[in-house]
Amino acid sequence: MTMTTATWNVLTRELRPVLRDPFSLIFSLLQPLVFLGLFGPLLVASSPAPASQTLQSFVPGILVMIALFGTGTTGSNLLYEMQTGSHERTLVAPIPRSSLLVGRALKEMVPIMVQACVMALVTIPFGFSVNPIGLLLGLVLLAIFGLGFGALSYSLALASRNNDWMFWGIQQATLFPLMILSGMLLPLDNAPQWMQVAAAFNPISYVVSAERSLLAGDLASMATVGGFVAAAVLAAIGLGVGIRAMKKAA
Amino acid sequence: MTHIITARGLTKTFRVKKAVVDAVTDLDLDVQRGELVAFLGPNGAGKSTSLRMLTTLLPPTSGTATVAGHDIATDPAGVRARIGYIGQGTSAGHNQRVRDELLSQGAFYGMSRTDAAARADELLESLDLGALATRKVLGLSGGQKRRLDIALGLIHSPELLFLDEPSTGLDPQSRANLWQHLLELRREHGTTIFVTTHFLEEADQFAERVLVMDHGRMIADDTAANLKTTLAGDVITLGFASEADARAAASRIPTSSTTGSTVTATVDRGDLLLPRLIRELDSVTSATLRQPTLDDVFLALTGRSLRETEGAHA
Repeated sequence: MTMTTATWNVLTRELRPVLRDPFSLIFSLLQPLVFLGLFGPLLVASSPAPASQTLQSFVPGILVMIALFGTGTTGSNLLYEMQTGSHERTLVAPIPRSSLLVGRALKEMVPIMVQACVMALVTIPFGFSVNPIGLLLGLVLLAIFGLGFGALSYSLALASRNNDWMFWGIQQATLFPLMILSGMLLPLDNAPQWMQVAAAFNPISYVVSAERSLLAGDLASMATVGGFVAAAVLAAIGLGVGIRAMKKAA
Repeated sequence: MTHIITARGLTKTFRVKKAVVDAVTDLDLDVQRGELVAFLGPNGAGKSTSLRMLTTLLPPTSGTATVAGHDIATDPAGVRARIGYIGQGTSAGHNQRVRDELLSQGAFYGMSRTDAAARADELLESLDLGALATRKVLGLSGGQKRRLDIALGLIHSPELLFLDEPSTGLDPQSRANLWQHLLELRREHGTTIFVTTHFLEEADQFAERVLVMDHGRMIADDTAANLKTTLAGDVITLGFASEADARAAASRIPTSSTTGSTVTATVDRGDLLLPRLIRELDSVTSATLRQPTLDDVFLALTGRSLRETEGAHA
């Protein structure tokens, strides 16, 4: 079977539960909605700028948060399938091992797109203005980022298949620093020097900046280019590491 | 060539914390097309490791094997396309629906959508899963999950089916049901079935050929009946009114031993010998015949009872 067909088949299998239960997508929006509803007002209140301007920088951050947390935990599904035996079943099937990783990582794009769309639409009545083409490009950017970050989460699952605490430990220890050091919730303009340096090495910072720039309609900015480069590099690394891990893990 | 499995010197060693563990040592094996073979042995004997090598899940440390006409090391894809494998765990994804998982499995084996759908419905019907087609795997009972595992393993109608401890965790009724499906499959399609088990009764009752494995080595390979005759034998126990009678009788039965007024002898075809002994020795007051089980075979081979070994592991 060709790699493309096999990857498509793996992707289809991963999407089936989502299609059967689309409500699960909305349900997993709970966390970003909490941030939007409880953190957003604080941010608006503490800033001298008008609410619409704060939202303009906050909502794109929330969209990246959806992608970050949605794909950062996705490896747990694979971890569970490795423990129950259904992953083993797919290893005996006549499909390339790499398709098992790529198909799964590609699937991550779908929930992100749907969720980010819902989120952007929900915030429009509150004064968030969005450039439609920017939103479209922003979704593509999120999809590429989610593909890469999802692949890394699957790699972590494969690496910790004999110690599942390791998966959760590393996942918890990295997600929050990555989130805070990307300026996703609070801009890092007034942060201490060392945090700004750390943020410069965080690929998610560039994705967040690009997302803000795109949704504001500034389509051809340097920030946009930087975000796409960061996401593409992350995707390449994620898929490379993930495919290696999948081939090694028997 | 009628051999569907040929293995020569198949060996697997693992490194566990710097210690080398010999999981399987020098496995030589020939399985004919259409045979039903049981791999019997205690937990940790190397049965699953052998199976995982034959199904390309685990590369052997040394040795070669050809499965369904393809080399496990040089052409694993060729092997995978032709075999069905039902592992120890649950094959279906927990968040998938029963029929969806069968369709995905069909696609993995290169079947068209319509073929996969037709085959899925056929299997759902024959494995009594029809009513569960749209149910989530998470909510199935142990027996239902196991039947789904079988259906997934059979989607592409493989000529050779491997099953790793298929009965573990099943109640007696589900176990009987499972075997009924396997025997039917074999009768209708001539599928070769290779199964590992630590259930003595199962190997005894269903397999025409039993391979006994212990400490990574295959220590016996024959039909259950032959193993029992050659390695264990029937045990006849006769009771007498007095010790003198017992000793007198014992002198007429070769390879017998006397304890008090009881004579015990291990013989071939005890079912034929016992009536004759009772007729000839009119001083007999009680008589029992115990025919051997595969546990006696295992005991004769290893000096340990398979049941005790199980108990020690549990």
